[in-house]
Formats: sequence, C-alpha cells, structure tokens
Amino acid sequence: MRYHPLTPEDRGEMLAKIGVATIDDLFADIPADKLLPEPLALPHHASEMAVERLIGAMAGKNVAASSVPFFVGAGAYKHHVPASVDHLIQRSEFLTSYTPYQPEIAQGTLQYLFEFQTQVALLTGMEVANASMYDGSTATAEAVLMAHRVTKRGKALLSGGLHPHYADVVRTVSDMAGDTVVANQPDILASEDLISKIDGETSCVVVQNPDVFGNLRDLGPIAEACHAKGALLVAVFTEAVSLGAIRSPGEMGADIVVGEGQSIGNALSFGGPYVGLFATRQKYVRQMPGRLCGETVDADGRRGFVLTLSTREQHIRRDKATSNICTNSGLCCLAFTIHMTLLGETGFRRLAAVNHANAVDLAERLKRVKGVEVLNGSFFNEFTLRLAGKNAYAVNEKLAHKGVLAGVPWSRLAPKTGHDDLLIVASTEVNTAEDRAAFVAALSEVM
Amino acid sequence: MPQTSIGQMNMMRDTHETFTGNKALQIEEALIFETGRVEVTGVDVDEPVTEETRLGGLERHAPIGLPGLSEPETMRHYLRLSQKNYSIDTGLFSLGSCTMKHNPRLNERMARLPGIGDIHPLQPVQSVQGALELMDTLAHWLMTLTGMAGVALSPKAGAHGELCGMMAIKAAIAAKGEQASRTVVLVPDSAHGTNPATAALIGFSVKPVPARADGTVDPEEVRKLAGPEMAAIMLTNPNTCGLFEKDVVEIADILHEAGAYFYCDGANFNAIVGKARPGDLGVDAMHINLHKTFSTPHGGGGPGSGPVVLSERLAPFAPLPFVKRGKQGYALIEHAGNAGDAKPFGRITAFHGQMGMYVRALSYMLSHGADGLRQASEDAVLNANYVRAGLADLISLPFGNRPCMHEVLFDDTWLKDTGLTTLDFAKALIDEGYHPMTVYFPLVVHGAMLVEPTESESKASLDLFIATLRDLAISIRAGERERFTGAPYHAPRRRLDETRAARSPVLRWQPPEPIKVAAE
Repeated sequence: MRYHPLTPEDRGEMLAKIGVATIDDLFADIPADKLLPEPLALPHHASEMAVERLIGAMAGKNVAASSVPFFVGAGAYKHHVPASVDHLIQRSEFLTSYTPYQPEIAQGTLQYLFEFQTQVALLTGMEVANASMYDGSTATAEAVLMAHRVTKRGKALLSGGLHPHYADVVRTVSDMAGDTVVANQPDILASEDLISKIDGETSCVVVQNPDVFGNLRDLGPIAEACHAKGALLVAVFTEAVSLGAIRSPGEMGADIVVGEGQSIGNALSFGGPYVGLFATRQKYVRQMPGRLCGETVDADGRRGFVLTLSTREQHIRRDKATSNICTNSGLCCLAFTIHMTLLGETGFRRLAAVNHANAVDLAERLKRVKGVEVLNGSFFNEFTLRLAGKNAYAVNEKLAHKGVLAGVPWSRLAPKTGHDDLLIVASTEVNTAEDRAAFVAALSEVM
Repeated sequence: MPQTSIGQMNMMRDTHETFTGNKALQIEEALIFETGRVEVTGVDVDEPVTEETRLGGLERHAPIGLPGLSEPETMRHYLRLSQKNYSIDTGLFSLGSCTMKHNPRLNERMARLPGIGDIHPLQPVQSVQGALELMDTLAHWLMTLTGMAGVALSPKAGAHGELCGMMAIKAAIAAKGEQASRTVVLVPDSAHGTNPATAALIGFSVKPVPARADGTVDPEEVRKLAGPEMAAIMLTNPNTCGLFEKDVVEIADILHEAGAYFYCDGANFNAIVGKARPGDLGVDAMHINLHKTFSTPHGGGGPGSGPVVLSERLAPFAPLPFVKRGKQGYALIEHAGNAGDAKPFGRITAFHGQMGMYVRALSYMLSHGADGLRQASEDAVLNANYVRAGLADLISLPFGNRPCMHEVLFDDTWLKDTGLTTLDFAKALIDEGYHPMTVYFPLVVHGAMLVEPTESESKASLDLFIATLRDLAISIRAGERERFTGAPYHAPRRRLDETRAARSPVLRWQPPEPIKVAAE
C-alpha cells in the first residue's frame, strides 16, 4: 500500500521491541467478541489510476458551471479565481499544517490570519473580525447566539429577505437552545415592516443585504430602531463581492456582520467547504465566537502573531464557552485573503462594477422576454424574475435541458410559500455577452 | 575541542545579525498593509459593459483601504509566509488527538475535477447525479466501517458533528415526550472541550464522570448517575489518554436501560477502523473527523468535515438535506415535506456539507480499501506503542507502561525538581525539527504530553524521533536548562508573549499615527 512506510519486517521488529507477539495483543482492550477477524466487506486497495477512474466517472456525470451559460446563485456564486490562488493554497506548509497551536513554527498561518481579519474588518466596516466560521449560515446562527449573550435576551427577529436556508439554520439552533425566533414572511419587494416588531425582548434583528431576492436595503433606519430598543442589528451577506459596490454594513450601523466569503478565492464545490466571515464592534469582542489572531512580540522583541483571547473558547472554558467551534475554515480563509490581496481595492471595486454591469445588462435583456418581469427596484448581481403563469421550477428544468443553468426557483428554497413563479438569477464577471444572449434565447423559447 | 554552550551559540547568533534581518532562506516578511497600495492590482478585470447602475442610492463612496499586490509580489509574500510554517510534509507532526497523517495529493486532484469543484449546490438535481452518487458511496463506506444504520453527512467539522449528533439525540428525546426531564449529559473530565461546549449550547446541563486510576471510565460511576434525567453520555473512544474504554459495552447497556443515548466522540476512530465497529459497541451517534481519520488536509485550521453516523433509533432524525437513491437516480431531500417517514430535526448548514472533503476522504478510502484501512489502524497503534516502548524508561507514563492505542500519553512526573515544564520540553523539540506533541491535554493528567505519530511514519523516522526525545530527556537530567528555557532558538520566532497579546489585544492592522508637525 503506497501510503504505508512500514514493511512486514519492520512490523515484526517493532512488535519484538514492544514485547508483544502479535498486533492484536495491542488491541487487547477491545472485547474479544467485538474484534473483527478480517477486513470488512468493502473493496480492497486500489492504484491511483483505478481511483481516478472511479471518481472521474462520477465527476463526469455532473454539469460543471464553466461548461455552460451559468446564472445560479442564491448563496453561492461562480467567480473566476486566479491560478496563483490555487497554487499557493496547495503549498505543503499551508495545506498540511495544523491549527497554529505552536506559534513559533506557524507564523505563516498566523500572519495571513491577521491580514485576513484586517481585510474582513475593512470590507464590512467593522472594528474586529475573527479567523472564520464554517460558512455564512452557521456564522449567522452564531451571531444570533452572540446577540443573546450581549443583550441577555432570547428573541431574534428574522427579515423575510433572509435566505430560507440561513433562517432554517438559525431556527434549528434556536429551537434546540430554547430561544425564540420570529420570522417575517418572504419579502419579495423589500417592503416588509421589521421596525414595529422590535420590542424589549428582541435581542437582534437579522437582515440580509443584498437580500435573497437580490434587493438592496438601507440598513440605517433598522439599525436606529434596534439601538433605540436595546437590540443589535445583525447584517448578513451571501455575496461578498457586493461589498465593493455598496455601502458597508458597518457604515449603515450594523453591530454584527456575518457573511459567506466563498465568492472570493473559493470554488463552488457543491456547497462546501466555504468560509464564514464574522465581524463586530470592539466592545463586543469578548463575546465573539471562534479563533482570533493577535499581534505580540517574541523573546527577542520581534513582532509575531498568536491565537489570543482563547478564554472565550471551548478548549479553555468548556461548557461556558462562547461557541463549540474548533476547526474552522483555515485554508478557505487563505484562498480568500490571497484573492483579495491580488485584487486590492482597485481590482475589487472594478470586479464589483463588472458584476453589477453584467447583471444590469442581463436584467434589461430578460425583461423584454414576453411574460417575464424583473421584480427588483435595486440589485447588485442578482435579481428575481416573475414568470407569468409559469412554474419556475419546471421552466428552470427546461432551460437546463437546453444547456442553460438559469437560476434557482424560489420554490426549491421555500416550497409551498406561494411564489412558484419566481426564479432567482445571478450574473457575475464569468458571464459573457454570448452567455446572456443564450439565456434570453432559451427563455424566450420556453415562455 | 570544547563544546559550544547554548549561551555561546546565542552570542554568536547575535553577532551575526544581518542588515535585512533575514537569515538566508528565512526571510522577514512585512504585512500586506505595509507593502501593498490601494492602486495596485494583480488581477486584470474587463471594463463594465454598461455604466448604468441599479444600486438604489446605496453606492459605496468611502474608500475601503484594501492594499493590492501585483501577481509576482503576491507569490513572494505568501511563499515566504508558507516557509514560516511547520507541516506534515516538513516532518513528523506528533500532535496527539489531531492525527496529522500524510495527505495524498491524488485527493487534491480529485477535488479539483470540474465535475466536483465546479458544481453549484442548487443546480438542477439531474445535473449533479454524479455528486449525489459520490455522497451515497461515501455514506455506504462510513456506515459499513462503523456498523451504523444511518449517516448525516452535512456537519462542517468535528464540533459541528457533535452538535448534529446531540441535536438528533435531543429530537429523539423530544419525540418520546421526555424533553423536560432528560436534560443531563455526562462528560468525562478527559473529554475534548468541544463536548461540554456542545452539550451546553443546546441547553443540556453537563455532569462530569470521574475516571478510574487506569484512565478509563468506571461503569459503576455511570450506573450511579443513570436515571430518568440522563439524556446521554459523550464518551471519546479510544479516549484522549490513548486508551480503549474496555467497559464500553457495559456502559452502553447501562445507558440504554436507563433510556439514555450513547454519543461517541469519534476523533480517535482512526485507531480502530476495520478492527472494531462502533455499532457493535452500542454507540448511538458518532462524528467522524474526515480531516483526521480519512486524511483530508487540515489546512492550518480547516476546513474539516464531520459526518455523524447514527444508530437505527436516531437515523430518522438526521437533518436536511440528505441523498436518497431511487429508481430514477438519486434524489436530494431538502425539505421535511418530502422526507417520507423520516423526521429530520432541521438544518445545520446552508447547503449539503463539505463536498470538497467528501471526495478527498472517498479517494483516501478507495485507495486504501478495506484491507489498507485496517492496516493503517494497526500501523498507527504499532507506531504509538513503539514510541512508548522506546521512552518508557525515561519519560513518565501516568497509567503505567501498558499498551496504548494510536497515541501515547506521558505526564510531567519525570520533570519534578528539574524546574522545567512540559512547555519547555515541547519548545526544545521545535529546535530539533519536530512539531511538538499536544501539551496540557487531556486535563486529567498533570503536564500532559500526548504523542500521536500516525501510520505515516517509517521505522527509521520513529527511531530518530525516539533518539531525539531521549537525548532531550538525558539533557534535562544533566541540568542543561538553557536548551529548554530559552527554546526555541532556531524557529522563525522565539517564544511569543501570549500574555501581552491577550491583555491588550491587537486584532487587526492599524495605520500608524500620523506624525504631528508643530505649527509654524
């Protein structure tokens, strides 16, 4: 077996040195009737080529995003990742290292985490950011738990523009923890009333911007209303590129900002691994979940970095910890931070502008198709179509047969909520004019 | 020729300071905020196709302050950072409980196939049949290896898997109408911190179970605590002392008779893959760290993946989404409404979990096969015991010189009266070119040093590691304190001031204060 350095002779010599006769003498604590006498009924070892064939066959049955005109979004977005990003994250010293528990030999990881935290804080307009969560949805659930701790209240109010899967993740944790969730109905036009529902028991209001339908929302008035009632505003984003075009959540008054960082540096990968971004105000830092990297000096007085404020964390505080999170999204942070460094402010804002322009162009073309209405008053790179009298799920399937992956039918995210004619469509920098034309042509045929 | 003492070496080091602060291949690297500029970019982006905007008056006007680097500068920055990291590919990574084994590069190649890495979680299901087949195949392997009835794939890491498993237990308790009374979770003191943190997160109260003198849980203690208020035990097996809980079957029986559940922390499953099945031991739920046992790379702190295998009585409560094989291919069940007889307790992540990790783990499993996985466990256990046998006369073993599983636990009894600590010993190991063992965990022994060599080490590698540890131990006995108290001397940084970092936290770069010029 190519991964095992020990030879049978080695094993014999080692057993002799240990002073036992057989390998099973070392497994003697396992009850004898539970010890398996032979390998289980699964295939035996295989060569690299054989494994490539098996997995290649499965991969070959899937339609890759880059092989078709592709407009699927709703929480994960197809972007171009520079070749150097993928090369660098495969450096052995990044790929095969552990959480930096021994900082003297992990300064590479720690310095990029410090840079990552700074980039996320700048992007969100917040004072501090942590070293990542699993993804945007779990970061949102953690933000709600943190808001409960900060306010010592137990009721979260969810906007009807929050991604239904994010709302489900929050609801699942809250139900289990015995907290309360009040959720608005799907808010297609960003016209909901949140402010009058904030009361003295509300710990936080959770608002996504751009929301799941693609609408942009001014968080300012909600932030003011939250603060007047002693609640926190949790701002959520699923498309990090939007931060290059629209005002930051911090600027609009958010207290905790969470989001999905997949768009920068990370592949679609069927939903994971992604990288959850988490930022807040300095005054709340000791209530934050997750790892934090901080600056310090070494014995020679040179600048260095360490994991810090770990008394918040499970390995120190155990059942009193701010979260149970341990392993997070290290390598996805690295991909994010390398891509962001390559872009810089200039590239990032230009990338955001291109995304927006492509979406504007697509919306203009699609709204001319008979029976198609663009619902959004405003949007960044994603918007919602109403397909008059049609089932959007069925239309989407037909478009897939025509070789266009067009979007996400609302009914897939939230069935039986009465909006079966809605299709959520995203356009990023990867879409060409030909892709947009192919979409319009295919939709015209189907409508 | 007289030997050069560490003190003299230090002086030599100081007299050889370089102009740049660099030491040949060890190059100091500034922060991107100190070298980058906002007008520089390493990505060429096309011109927008239209100037028209639909941003609803929310345009960003304020500058962000993000520095950019060109591509060559970026390559150099991150390459230099990488060279300040220790990794498995660098050398033996003895970090116990973390299972730092070889990460095959085939698995990286498989994760980057366009049909795996470049598919969207919400594409039409017909366009991702191969992905669902892959998930179903992984599920089959995990269930077969553990002897369990079901598996929830979506947890994003080990602690998330614990949360998922405990949520399934809570849902099962609620389904029996016992949620108000069954609120206590037993957790041994040797457990990972994630166990009590997880139980507390969803409203359970945590009660400790003491260990016996031999480092394992006493079933009689469990029996004393068992009752109608007990929801579950969270037991790591093999435990964090590197020992197999030999009374595990009896403990499971006690729990089940009391109407409680057995959650097994599967962080150490790598010791027994193909040798024993948790399902045969009475386990109801167990997470599997794909990034440990099945070698998906740890990436400096993730991403991980923590699927949870479930017993027959918990399987119906597995969260959404899940894959179902049908006559027309694979279906993805994303909502309770089409879950059939299942009673999913909810959803724990936006999408379907860590596909990128699933494929790496499956590639690892297919490469090893049933025979190779069994061999890997045997070699992991053999290697740990070989280290134990090589050091037992010098370094103290808290539970006696008896066989261990995949990791061997030492304590600091042998350091008594030397004035040196476990930490000093670990830092000296850095100078010798090793990643130290896990230190001060588990909490149940004083000054713990947990060594997990894994099956990836050759005999020659272990021989040198043992010889190095022996040399260090002998050096301590000879009173050579400086080798330890000032260590590491040769790493990119000397010992770092963690107290200072925590006392006045600097968690992000700040622009330097502008220099005030006196008004003329």
